[in-house]
Order: sequence, then C-alpha cells, then structure tokens
Amino acid sequence: MKKYIIQSIRLTLVLLVLLCVIYPVTVAFIGKMSKGNGGGEKITKNGKTVGYALLGQSFTKPQYFWGRPSAVAYNAAGSAGSNKGPSNPDYLKEVQSRIDTLLKYNPGIKKSDIPADMVTASGSGLDPNISAQGAAIQVDRVAAARKIDVKKVKELVAMNTLKPFMGLFGPSSVNVLKLNLALDAL
Amino acid sequence: MNTELTGIIATFLLTLVIAIPLGKYLAKVFAGEKVWTDFLKPLETGIYKLSGINIKEQMNWKQQLKTLLTINILWLFYGFFVLIFQDKLPLNPDGNPGMTPDLAFNTIISFVANCNLQHYSGESGVSYLTQQYVLMFLQFVSAATGIAAAVVLFKAFRDKTTTELGNFWEFFVKSITRLLLPLSFVMALILTFSGTPASYDGKDKFISLQGDTVNVSRGPAAQMIAIKHLGTNGGGYFGANSAHPFENPSYFTDMVELIAQVIIPIAMVIAFGYFIRRKKLAWTIFGVMTIGLFMLLIPMLSSELGGNPALAKMGISQTTGAMEGKEVRFGPAASAYWSTVTTIISTGSVNGMHDSTMPMSGTWQLLGMMINSFYGGCGVGLLNYFIYLIVAVFISGLMVGRTPEFLGHKVEAREIKIAAIITLLSPFLILAGTAIASYIFTNHGNAAWAVQPKSWLNNPGFHGFSEMLYEMTSSNANNGSGFEGLGDNNIFWNLSTGIVIFLGRFLPIIGPVAIAGLLGAKKFIPESAGTLKTDTKTFALMTFAVIIVLNALSYFPALALGPLAEYFTMLK
Repeated sequence: MKKYIIQSIRLTLVLLVLLCVIYPVTVAFIGKMSKGNGGGEKITKNGKTVGYALLGQSFTKPQYFWGRPSAVAYNAAGSAGSNKGPSNPDYLKEVQSRIDTLLKYNPGIKKSDIPADMVTASGSGLDPNISAQGAAIQVDRVAAARKIDVKKVKELVAMNTLKPFMGLFGPSSVNVLKLNLALDAL
Repeated sequence: MNTELTGIIATFLLTLVIAIPLGKYLAKVFAGEKVWTDFLKPLETGIYKLSGINIKEQMNWKQQLKTLLTINILWLFYGFFVLIFQDKLPLNPDGNPGMTPDLAFNTIISFVANCNLQHYSGESGVSYLTQQYVLMFLQFVSAATGIAAAVVLFKAFRDKTTTELGNFWEFFVKSITRLLLPLSFVMALILTFSGTPASYDGKDKFISLQGDTVNVSRGPAAQMIAIKHLGTNGGGYFGANSAHPFENPSYFTDMVELIAQVIIPIAMVIAFGYFIRRKKLAWTIFGVMTIGLFMLLIPMLSSELGGNPALAKMGISQTTGAMEGKEVRFGPAASAYWSTVTTIISTGSVNGMHDSTMPMSGTWQLLGMMINSFYGGCGVGLLNYFIYLIVAVFISGLMVGRTPEFLGHKVEAREIKIAAIITLLSPFLILAGTAIASYIFTNHGNAAWAVQPKSWLNNPGFHGFSEMLYEMTSSNANNGSGFEGLGDNNIFWNLSTGIVIFLGRFLPIIGPVAIAGLLGAKKFIPESAGTLKTDTKTFALMTFAVIIVLNALSYFPALALGPLAEYFTMLK
C-alpha cells in the first residue's frame, strides 16, 4: 500500500510538469502566431479597441443593427443563457414583449417576418450573429435612421453574411458588429 | 438537403473515419505491439523512472483497483486544498476568491470523477492556476483512469485463463502519452488558430461601438477545451461552456469538438474486439450502441427542429427551429446532435442550454444519461455496457436453461450479484436523490442556505421537477451537463451531488473490473454447439432489450412526472 502511495505522489508530480506546464505553455507560445496573438482577435476603429471579433455586443440605437436578446446583457466577463424552460409563463411574456418592441421600432414588418433568433436569448449571452432574416427585418429602420438608401444597406448586409462552412455545412449568419462597423465607415 | 442536416451527417461520418483506425491503433498500443508512435517510448521510460514504477510487475484485479483508487484519492486531497486556497496562490490575475468548502468538495469530486458538473462559473469562480493545475490536469488523468480500467478488462479476456492483468501504471501512462496528450496538442492548436484564447493574459476592457464599457474574461482556454472533449470531461473554461464564442468560435470548431468527444469512446469498443481477437463481438457492440444513438437522435432532431409550439402560437417565424439558449452559428440541428452525443457519452459539455430545449428533448437527454453506455464515457462507457452484457448473458441463460457463459468463462452467482448491485445503483442514486431534493423543496423552502430551497428552481411546474431530476441523473452518469437554471451552489446540492458523483463513478468501475478479474481467472471452456454466442444479431437484440427494459422500468415514472408531463401540458 505504502508503495502505491509513493508511486502515486511521484507520478502526479511528473505529470503536473508534463500536462500543466509543458503542454499549455507550448500551445500558448505557438498561439502567439495566431490572430490576436492567442488572446482573442480584437477589432479596432481609429486605433481604439471597440470589441472582439468573436464576441457580440449590445446594440440598442436605431441606426445600428441589433443583436439577439442576451440573458447577461452582453457581459463578456460572465457568460450565460437564460435557462428558461419552453413552457414558463414569465418567459413567454418576455418573448411577447420582445416581439412588440421589434414591431414598434420596425414599422412595416409583419409578425410572421420575425425569426425566432431575434426574440430568444442565446446560449452564451454573447452570440455575435443573427440570421439573415433577422437582419432583413431591420434594414428599413437602419436606412431611415441613417438617411441612406435602403439598397446600400441591403448590399452591406449581403457582404457581411457568412455562408455555411465550405458552402455545405451548417447555417449562414450575419456578424452584427462587423455589419455595424461597415455602416459607420460609410 | 439543407446545410444544417448535411453538417451533422458529415460530422458523424468523419467521426467514424477517425475513430475506427484509432481503435485498431489502441489495441496495438495496449498489447505492446509495434506502432508508429513508439518514438515516444523514451518519454514513457523517463516517467516510469522518475515515479519509481516497474511496469514489468504484473497485477491481479485487486491490485489494479488498489492502485487506481490510491492515486484518485490523492488527487481529491490535492485539488481540494488548491480550490480552497486559490485566492492566496499565484496565477490569479482576475483576483477571484477561494472556494467555500462545500463548493470545493463538489468541484473536486466532480473533476476527479470525470463528471465536470460545475457549480461555479469559470470567469469568476476559479483562478488560472486552478483551471490548469487542478481542473485541466484532472481532465487528463480522469480520462486516462477510465481508459486504463477498461484495458484491465480487455486483459482479462485476451488469454484463456489468467490472473495477471498487466500493470495499471503502464495503461494509465500510455493513455496519456499515446492518445490524450498528442491529440489534445493538435486540437488545442486548431482551436487557437480558429480564435480561442490560449495565452495567459488577464481580463481585458474595451469601450463598445455604442459606448458601453465591457470587461472580457480570457485566459489559456484552448488547452483545456481540447482535453475537455477528447477526455469526455465536458467542464468548460467559461460559464457558458461550448456555447461561448471563445470556446467554440465557428461551425468548423463545432464539428471538431463534436468529433473529438466521440472518437475515443468508439475507438475503445473497436480496440476491445481487436485486443481480445474477437472482432465480430466489437462490431456487434458497436452496432447496438449506434442504433441506440440514432433512436435518441432522430426524435431529438424532430422536437428541436419543430420549434417551440408556444412561440408558434405567437405568430413568429420558426423556420429553423427552437432558438432559445442556442447560437446562430450552430443552429438547432447541430445543437440537437450535440445534446444527444454529450448525454449518451458522458461529456456533458453543451453548445446550447439544455434547460431551454423542448420537453421531449429533455426526455431523450435524460434517457441518454440513464442508459449511459451508448458509446459512453472514455473507457467507462464500455465498462457500463459490460454490466448490461453480463445481465443479458444471465437472462439468456435462464431462458434456455443453461449455465450462463461469457467468452468461455462460467458466469456464476458472485458475478451476477455484483452486476445486479451495479445495475440497481443508478436508479437508487438518481431517484432517491431527486426524492430528497423534492421533499426539501416542498417542505423546507425557507432553510437558511446560500440559495433557499424555495428559490432553487428557475422554472415553475413540471419543468422545475425536471431541473432536479436532471441534476441527479447527470451526477450519477458522471455527465456534468445541467438544466443550469437550478440554483445549485449551496450546501444541499454541493454535498448531495458530490456523494452521488463519487458513488456513481467508482462503484461502476470496481464492479466490472472485479467481474472481469473473477471470470478471467476461471477455467476456460471451449466453445461447443451448446454455447451461447455473444457476437450474434440475436444476442445483440437481447442486450438491447435488456437495456431498454431495465431503464424503462427504473425511470419511466420519474420521466412521466417531469418532461413527459410538460410535453402533454404544452400540447393542450
């Protein structure tokens, strides 16, 4: 028994060096060559960081495309979903009020135009994307708020729509931050 | 065909393309035959030397288990103290506090047991030191423990009669050096170059386009996410697990993570067949497991892609499916596939929140964890399946009136008793645990705990009951996913699930290894016309029936009170 204990302690120490020092430090070192140097790719505007490429952020002003509802208000230091069950009455009221808000700020769209992703909270609370339909229902509002041509906005949406992986796998999506940056750059 | 479905089909096919050759490779590695990774031998020799291990020393099944338990108990003590004192130790750039003793108790058992149930949130609950030197370390070694235990079982059936089952340390170390570490290294780099953070930089802060100040948690995540999937651990670096854009940046990484968590469980089944030179048996087991996967996956897809009927009534468009708790870049099909594989094998990582999935999806998730052997966790999935096999052999034996045999060894009272205890253990832990929780919730709602029992549940009614049932089921299955709405960081849930995880991990390892050891030592009886063959379609069907009947009898009432009741209420 004593032999097993001593072997266990020694093996644990050896493996701590291999698995917790050599392995992660090597990966971190090689990762320095990746975009964002292994610390997450940043997006800058006029020399200032305005966000991370992968992280969604809150947009509430009419001249910006809005992202999905977030259970953590896009707090990137505490990700979470709403964890609301599908039949929860309070949750269903919340969804109804999101539908009403969208209808109010986007006059001209019909209820049946609203895609589910625009009225449901994402899993991480940091979802950077919306569906193409989610962008389509906001085009008129954004164009009106910015006093620019609807066609121009539609073009930008199309340019910022990410196709399925290799054109074959998974859904297509629109990155809200990149789309809004493109709008600001007009 | 739509791209969401082609995505999951491609993912499954790629999984097989990698897993099957990997299985053949593992059989050779553990049999000590020549393989291309033999250049790593000096590394292994070095590890043995520094640890004072002589791998020539043969162990019987009792010595194997003693070794396994000794080192696991050591990790419990080591980790417990680091978790409590993490605020006073280095590598804590975000200044996170030490854990309370009950949370540390739960967390350390959960990670030693390969469960990775998390009652803390990665961003605010642990330091970088804890993430790597305790949690990620345990993700490696707990997976290796499961694989090594399964190899002991392989050994028992390779030779005709034997008590010498090899050296536990050798299987354990090789699981890391020949399998987990190289694969993790490659996968961590894939993730890093796809956008997952890997550096030791602390929290960042920026001003968003609209002018909000945003704090960003970061850290060496890619290294942990790789082994979290390969080792079927599932414990995420960030609170939202693989739904977090840093943990899982794109559909491509989603496919990588989905493939990674399934390859070793499948490979172990193939390795078993090649190792004991009964390939047909491996393919039979693989067939049963795969049919099980599809029987859970297809209804899950149908319920998720159908969307939430309550939202449909409001008149919005749900063309893609239910989106609450899911991410746009994956879509409901990939999230449904993920939630199936993460529950049938014991990963428990998520790319969408299970608490918000449809009621029938909840049923399939729970069933996947209750059965816990359609592929199952690293090594332990096969051990769980072995218990079902022994029960099936026994029942078949009774039906045809012969002494039951498995691979040329008589299965007698002692082995059946062990198998029966292990079979009964899961329903006992899950149902008794849920019953006690429900009792406290209804009768002691005002107990002065960190989260008062009356405010445990995030959802009312049947769904609330499902949250408690899910927590206990996930703990017993060493799965680690949750209906995360449950207010679980308080003394009741920390202690109760800690105990359930511990028993649900080690007894189902001890049982099968003991049975295998006992059988392996018995006299070998050559096959004759009267032998019950375990690699036929008939016997596969028998095993499948045993699995379904045992689980249906055990859990149907509990499922009826939770997700099934919610489903029928929503139909109204």
